[in-house]
Amino acid sequence: MTENDRFPMKNKTLKTSGLIIFLTGFFVFVLSLTLSNYTLTGKIIHRQGNGERLAALTDAAAPMLNVTYASNISFVHDLKEAIDKANRAIIAKYSIDEKVGEKIAEEAAEDGKYIFRSTLIDKVLPTEDEITKYQNQTFRDYAGWLEGKTFDNKEALAEQLVFVIRNINNSLSYKKAFDSYSAKNLLFWLTKDAASGILRDNLRLWIFLSFGLIILGAFLYFYSTYYRGTIAGIKNNGIFMSPATARGWIGIALGVFMISFYIMLYFYPEYLTNWVLLVDPLSYRLNGGPASHWFLYGTLYTMAVAVMGIRMLLKYRHNPYQILRTLSVIFFQTAFAFIIPEILASLHKPAVDLKNIWPLDYDFFYSYNLDELMNSGMLGWFMLFWGIALIIIAVPVFTYFFGKRWYCSWVCGCGGLAETLGDPFRQLSDKSIRAWKIERYLIYSVLVFAVVNTAGVLYTYFTGSYSVLGIGTESIKSAYGFLISSIFAGVVGTGFYPLMGNRVWCRFGCPLAAYLGVVQKFKSRFRITTNGGQCISCGNCSTYCEMGIDVRWYAQRGQNIVRASCVGCGICAAVCPRGVLRLENNDPSDRFNTPHLTGNESFREPVDAPR
Amino acid sequence: MKNIVIIGNGVAGITAARHIRKRSDATITVISAETDYFFSRTALMYIYMGHMKFEHTKPYEDWFWEKNNINLMNDYVESVDTDGRRLQLRSGNTMMWDVLLLATGSKPNKFGWPGQDLKGVGGMYSWQDLQNIEQYTKNIRRAVIVGGGLIGIELAEMLLSRNIEVTFLVRESSFWNIVLPPEESAMINRHIREHHIDLRLETELRKILPDAHGRVRAVITGPGEEIECGFVGLTAGVSPNIGFLKSSNIKTDRGILINEFFETNIPGVYAAGDCAQFEKPLPGRRAIEQVWYTGRMHGETVARTICGERTAYRPGPWFNSAKFLDIGYQVYGDIINPLPDHLENLYWEHPDGKHAIRIAWDRETRQLKGINLMGIRFRHDVCDAWLRRSAALKEVVQDLKAALFDPEFYKSYEQEIVNLYNDKFPDNRITSGKKKRLATLINF
Repeated sequence: MTENDRFPMKNKTLKTSGLIIFLTGFFVFVLSLTLSNYTLTGKIIHRQGNGERLAALTDAAAPMLNVTYASNISFVHDLKEAIDKANRAIIAKYSIDEKVGEKIAEEAAEDGKYIFRSTLIDKVLPTEDEITKYQNQTFRDYAGWLEGKTFDNKEALAEQLVFVIRNINNSLSYKKAFDSYSAKNLLFWLTKDAASGILRDNLRLWIFLSFGLIILGAFLYFYSTYYRGTIAGIKNNGIFMSPATARGWIGIALGVFMISFYIMLYFYPEYLTNWVLLVDPLSYRLNGGPASHWFLYGTLYTMAVAVMGIRMLLKYRHNPYQILRTLSVIFFQTAFAFIIPEILASLHKPAVDLKNIWPLDYDFFYSYNLDELMNSGMLGWFMLFWGIALIIIAVPVFTYFFGKRWYCSWVCGCGGLAETLGDPFRQLSDKSIRAWKIERYLIYSVLVFAVVNTAGVLYTYFTGSYSVLGIGTESIKSAYGFLISSIFAGVVGTGFYPLMGNRVWCRFGCPLAAYLGVVQKFKSRFRITTNGGQCISCGNCSTYCEMGIDVRWYAQRGQNIVRASCVGCGICAAVCPRGVLRLENNDPSDRFNTPHLTGNESFREPVDAPR
Repeated sequence: MKNIVIIGNGVAGITAARHIRKRSDATITVISAETDYFFSRTALMYIYMGHMKFEHTKPYEDWFWEKNNINLMNDYVESVDTDGRRLQLRSGNTMMWDVLLLATGSKPNKFGWPGQDLKGVGGMYSWQDLQNIEQYTKNIRRAVIVGGGLIGIELAEMLLSRNIEVTFLVRESSFWNIVLPPEESAMINRHIREHHIDLRLETELRKILPDAHGRVRAVITGPGEEIECGFVGLTAGVSPNIGFLKSSNIKTDRGILINEFFETNIPGVYAAGDCAQFEKPLPGRRAIEQVWYTGRMHGETVARTICGERTAYRPGPWFNSAKFLDIGYQVYGDIINPLPDHLENLYWEHPDGKHAIRIAWDRETRQLKGINLMGIRFRHDVCDAWLRRSAALKEVVQDLKAALFDPEFYKSYEQEIVNLYNDKFPDNRITSGKKKRLATLINF
């Protein structure tokens, strides 16, 4: 045997090349954010449609029209100002002078009293053009409740009328001007459309230099690290020495990057338009339209699951359970979460992710979703019933037979990302009893929050009332959307992978996991069996449990592990050096066994073997 | 209140402490100079390999000891005065006891090799050993390991994880063949070499050579070959750690002599775990049991006696497990090498050379005597029950499925074993029914 056979340097070269190629791709990807010029033209605004608002925007944006910006940031800054200016112009145009109130009050004098009649509006606000017509009509709508009311003095009536006028003027910001949602949308699409330059002109080249190199580099790295010249088996060497996987500087940098990415994606997508341009070709191919930032997210997500999934397949190639499970999450992400919804969208059908289940799919019962499904014919009705069947049939039945793993570590998208992109960080989850306590408080609170939110939304849907017990259903809805769906599930749930482990969301926040967990704990055939007296308390199982379950606590006292949070990833059983743990579906009656360590008959009656 | 002092915070001492606490409110003090807290000795290798940090190897969180009112003391016992019931500690303090449990574990064997105390030479047993290995294997190219047992192969795996080339000197003609039958032992030889470990069978260490700074530079093997290396691991077994008892009245041989109740010759003084030696070993068991599992069983049993419920040590059928690099190993019952004459066995090995099952039975009675598994996991409770009631071989082979413990979707090999059995006993064949497909699916 030569030295070279023993330590194949070639592998190291390949690994380093892979890393360099990956980092180059990543660098180009980040750099690509700066690779466009931005020129707003009347034509680009026009592409967003017609109408008064866009006309006002065209006027307001006049100073920046046809001006080329080299920087995305200053372009967005000026465009934002232009949109604000257009809004101010529209609002100024339609707003009613508060003096109108006093004038009407004066006109309202009848026998020393002041009586409001809507006919008075015509006197003070005659309908001469579109503007006065709108003002007149809105005034009638808003002041309807004052009709025929009598006041002792002029001032009292005027006060009420000024109040009405203020309401009308306030409503202009969403009735006539761009509301915050459409302004945000407009900002994104105009910025994306205004981009030009080397990136846009050579899109395919840049796609290769970013995504292409990232994928290629990652494959080379994983192939040489986990496959080539290695022997199948557990490969956890150096995990707690690497700055990437032991909360070192790489882990922190990665966390900061991912957290920033989520904040940008959710709240400032107008700065990510170049990345969205990179996925435009794929978007046209899949759904026939241009890519939104959500399409970008879907693409990156699916890519991460697939590429890091292949890493899992190489790393655990000796373990059929891990192989099947990984193939399953790759399949469900790619087909169900990504491609099928895009195809549905291109067919103008509801773009539903058919494996997403309420309450993780928190907006399933939102009015726009219900309306869309009910207005989409047979397919829509099927989707509605399918979604409900998943909640009330699939969850309890499948969880009874297989444990919550059937969803959390085989099907779910969040789980899929955690099990692939997140796998290098699983050992960072907190195993203390304190963490377990926090986990239980948090996750069931989120479940309650999700149920309350949905109940409120449905109440509004069926009664038309926006208020229950003095609480606005819309405010619960927006609080849930912001706090849980954006901040918890996205920013914290994924951004904190390299700091708190890969299941932060699934463990502390996911309301569906909470629901599945309750079923798993109380009514299921699933458990992790410990093997007689074979545990050596080494701690590998607990260390690599992404859910922070102290598996060893149970194993070393010979107790089955029946925990609501266990997602059944099977890694504890894989890393156990003595073969102590086995994920099993079996007769539910002996799940909660009396702790028993086999092998010492000095004082213990040996138990008879289970069959 | 009784004052119980335990020397040693390994698995035997700590298990005893926990079980005493369950049954008594006596004062319990555990003295150790190794670490402040109990950790899993078997996990030391994973710290070096970066699979875990020290904190992960602690089976109980730190608050556990205070909550259970178990005092932990970091000190070293210099000597034991049995007349005065007093311990002399290195710190200068003394410690009185009413009941003393000695659970001091082992130390690596050194057989008087020249150079065995050089810098860069060490065993792999304690936390301090690990620190020593950590210190002396930094930036070295090659290490030599002396002694082919469980710790030796673990140390080899550790060093490989840091890309250190390993030469593995094994005195026997095949790896650990004092326990493993020839086929299993050969499998591990192949696997060791597959990992690019330079395995030298039938090779002993003659001496260890120093460099100018008193650090190891090379070893010379039995045949006289000089192998340059930066570290030498001595893993030729361990022996009871009882040096501190020399001046005491406690009777020792290789270990601290005890009866089946873990009682030494001095009333109120007990010994358990690696350091103890049964004066009359139980049939089929060793006088000194140096396994994690036996340490735990000694601990929980002696706790009863200490708490007034005098309990004799009666272990069930022998079992053990290990992992040789990537190949897991389990044994249930009496499989040793060479197999005694009254036993007969069948052996199946997968063509990949990494999975094997050996079943041994009594030639006369055809009752199960032992199962040896390589790369395959069986259910301890099932094997234990078979062995306890001396199950008939045919029944065992027929029911093999009940013992499978490999993860779901793993290929199982019970049909191969049935075929081997049928070849061996053509007049007493097993006809196995078809698997129920749906049932298999529901069981994932």
